[in-house]
Amino acid sequence: MSDRFVISSSPHFLTRGNTAGIMWLVVVALLPTAVAGVIIFGLPAAFVIGVSVATCVATEVLSQLAFKRPVTIKDGSAVVTGLLLAFILPSSTPFWVVIVGGVSAIFLVKQLFGGLGFNIFNPALAARAVLQTSFPVFVNATTRPVHSILSFDAVTAASALNAIKEGTANVHYSLGDLFFGTVPGALGETCKLTLLIGAALLVLFRVVDLRIPLPYIAVAALLSWIFGRDPLEAVLSGGLILGAFFMATDLVTSPATPWGKVVFGAGCGILTIVIRNYGGFPEGVCYSILLMNCAVPLLDKAFRPRVFGTRTSALRKTAAAPKGGSEA
Amino acid sequence: MFGRKSFRGGVHPPEHKHLTQNKPIVTLPTPLRVVIPLSQHTGSPCRAIVAVGDEVNEGQKIGESTGFVSAPVHASIAGTVVAVESRPHPVLAFPVPSVVIESKPDATAATAAWTKNIDWRTLTAESIKDKIKEAGIVGMGGAAFPTHVKLSPPPGKTIRALLVNGAECEPYLTTDHRLMLERSDEILEGVLILLKALDIKTAVIGIEKNKTDAADLLREKIRRKEAAGEIAGDESVRVATLKVKYPQGAEKQLIKALLGREVPSGGLPFEVGVVVQNVGTAFAVYEAVVKDKPLIERVVTVSGDAVAEPANVLVRIGTSFRDLLAFAGGVTGSDGAAAAGVEVPGAEAQGVEVSSAKTAGPAEGAAPAEKPRAGYKMIMGGPMMGLAQYTLDAPVIKGTSGFLVLKQGDTKPSVACVKCGACVDRCPAGLMPYQLGNLSERNDFAACAEFNVKDCMECGVCSFVCPSARPLVHLIKYAKLNLAKQKK
Ligand code: SF4
Ligand code: SF4
Repeated sequence: MSDRFVISSSPHFLTRGNTAGIMWLVVVALLPTAVAGVIIFGLPAAFVIGVSVATCVATEVLSQLAFKRPVTIKDGSAVVTGLLLAFILPSSTPFWVVIVGGVSAIFLVKQLFGGLGFNIFNPALAARAVLQTSFPVFVNATTRPVHSILSFDAVTAASALNAIKEGTANVHYSLGDLFFGTVPGALGETCKLTLLIGAALLVLFRVVDLRIPLPYIAVAALLSWIFGRDPLEAVLSGGLILGAFFMATDLVTSPATPWGKVVFGAGCGILTIVIRNYGGFPEGVCYSILLMNCAVPLLDKAFRPRVFGTRTSALRKTAAAPKGGSEA
Repeated sequence: MFGRKSFRGGVHPPEHKHLTQNKPIVTLPTPLRVVIPLSQHTGSPCRAIVAVGDEVNEGQKIGESTGFVSAPVHASIAGTVVAVESRPHPVLAFPVPSVVIESKPDATAATAAWTKNIDWRTLTAESIKDKIKEAGIVGMGGAAFPTHVKLSPPPGKTIRALLVNGAECEPYLTTDHRLMLERSDEILEGVLILLKALDIKTAVIGIEKNKTDAADLLREKIRRKEAAGEIAGDESVRVATLKVKYPQGAEKQLIKALLGREVPSGGLPFEVGVVVQNVGTAFAVYEAVVKDKPLIERVVTVSGDAVAEPANVLVRIGTSFRDLLAFAGGVTGSDGAAAAGVEVPGAEAQGVEVSSAKTAGPAEGAAPAEKPRAGYKMIMGGPMMGLAQYTLDAPVIKGTSGFLVLKQGDTKPSVACVKCGACVDRCPAGLMPYQLGNLSERNDFAACAEFNVKDCMECGVCSFVCPSARPLVHLIKYAKLNLAKQKK
């Protein structure tokens, strides 16, 4: 009599993989870059990372309590946001600016929209945009690599992209510097070596879907080449690698349809290079991804997969059908 | 074409077939009591033609079909009709009119021998179809669609090939596998009979690569039959190996894998000139046509991590799951002790939903935060598409391919969709399950229809792959149910 039979719809067993597992794997994949950031930019970088992660986790708990939602910090998503936010800030960012960023990311961008799964914008990037508008002085500054980890003074300098954009030929960074990250920049965007190691890990565990970063990087390289710049340099400078593998691939804010992903990645690539060349900022990664985030619902709708047993893709069907019908 | 035949999407869930795949079919001793539902198939239910107190023989017809899409039911044991009343049913969520037959415990009434050996080659296609219809044969793979209907293509449709489904892609299930190994001659005869009934010459038996022993055996038997002239020179029966992937055995996916053709959305296999029959059905056809034996028993895989002695069992239709489970050693408790004959909250649980959603919103694991205590899940069919059972009193019916008892200790918590796209990538029907789930949750069924919810075959792939454990199939069934209601 003590036995209860569980009644529920099929299927009756599920894959082991779960959302929290994915998030913690992303954390693991980001750790080498965090370490590299500290090695390159010294202890201030560790401080920014710590403040950012702590703020994000605390904000997540507090807003979930305030909204009377289940507290889900165990799913690791706030930690991911905290790390990513830190990675796109210079190590010289004052701690209170980092806190404002963390609160914006989790409260404004994520929880106000309904929590994980419902946000439209990538929380870390949107928070960066908030800081950009509010405190441009602090977040635009780029810090120079330090010679010893224990150094506390963050020295600001023109980032590699600034140098390229402004054509200040006297600062020229070698591809090796760009790859190993010993160039000025945000603390987690410069070291491509560790970023690529992390990305490889995520690709291996099928957390990162190459259908986004590959078109992103390919299109960005191609466009830079058309604009007459060294494509390799364009790919390795700024936050492109970080953005392509860790930001644009954010599950919630990227398309779920196969072709939607490809077009999303390509769109990010185009916007990044256009902003880099014509925009007011030296870097286009942040805004290009945020802009493409807005397009996600449209992309998912437009690139619905072809339903088995139908000839035309849903795209052409909807395009052909008169507007306004039973469309949701 | 590609060496490994396949289709788009799908998954490869853990097979768990080792539990029973090497276990020969064993016969369950004739039960003293059977409960035979008058509705065991897709289509209109049967009308009882026996009354309480009647003596019936094994194989005697007790329920007459009431339409073309219907199949008669027969007494699976000899005995006395003790009740004609509503009883729990393994598929339908409510008790269904059933005939209850009891035999005397001394069992002097010998079981029928079924020793006829009719030469089917002398029969016409029509009389073969009649015999199949009279024997109450339905699709044995699970859907239980009356076989004679599938053998009667609508006018104007030319059938070119018979596909025989030996994919058995559901985890745990090994009935078809064992049948192919142990009844290969009968299955091949059944295939030839079906070819004659359809008046065509080509049959392809599709078998997943994890059953090469069965494929090799059938190929060998086909060679021998060809040599003996039992397969005519203009006839072609061949075996094709399929990639191991779920849902390879789904009718439309099988056709796609074997012939490269897609059955149009909303259409039937007829439309691409194909009839699909399960290997178990081919075996039943053989018995019906050659031995004049109606469909009164079938092979069922009894398995699962909570079953003491998993087995492939030949059982009489109408045997209760209780008897079946007891035969397989009962359930192993979480403490390791056997808990055979577990008592079930019977009558009061009958309102429990079984197959489809009656309520919207979060389900399976979503609503109750606490883990199911000492929870077992009993399933008729396989783990991907089978139906959870609420009582062991429900009987084995014609479409029962398996009976599983799974421990449900580690249910994954259901959280919000993170739009990872795994369900979209894997859906063999090319749908967007996460959208369907979200829309259904918002009761926006019109939008579900616009997102092709009707093309969903409820294969379970989307729920299976979802890292957020979204109850997608549940929500999809709920949407379909509501759309069907709106139509009325
Ligand atoms: S939506 Fe339907 S057909 Fe597609 S995977 Fe889910 S259950 Fe299968
Ligand atoms: S698999 Fe689950 S989490 Fe991923 S998109 Fe589908 S429903 Fe959402």
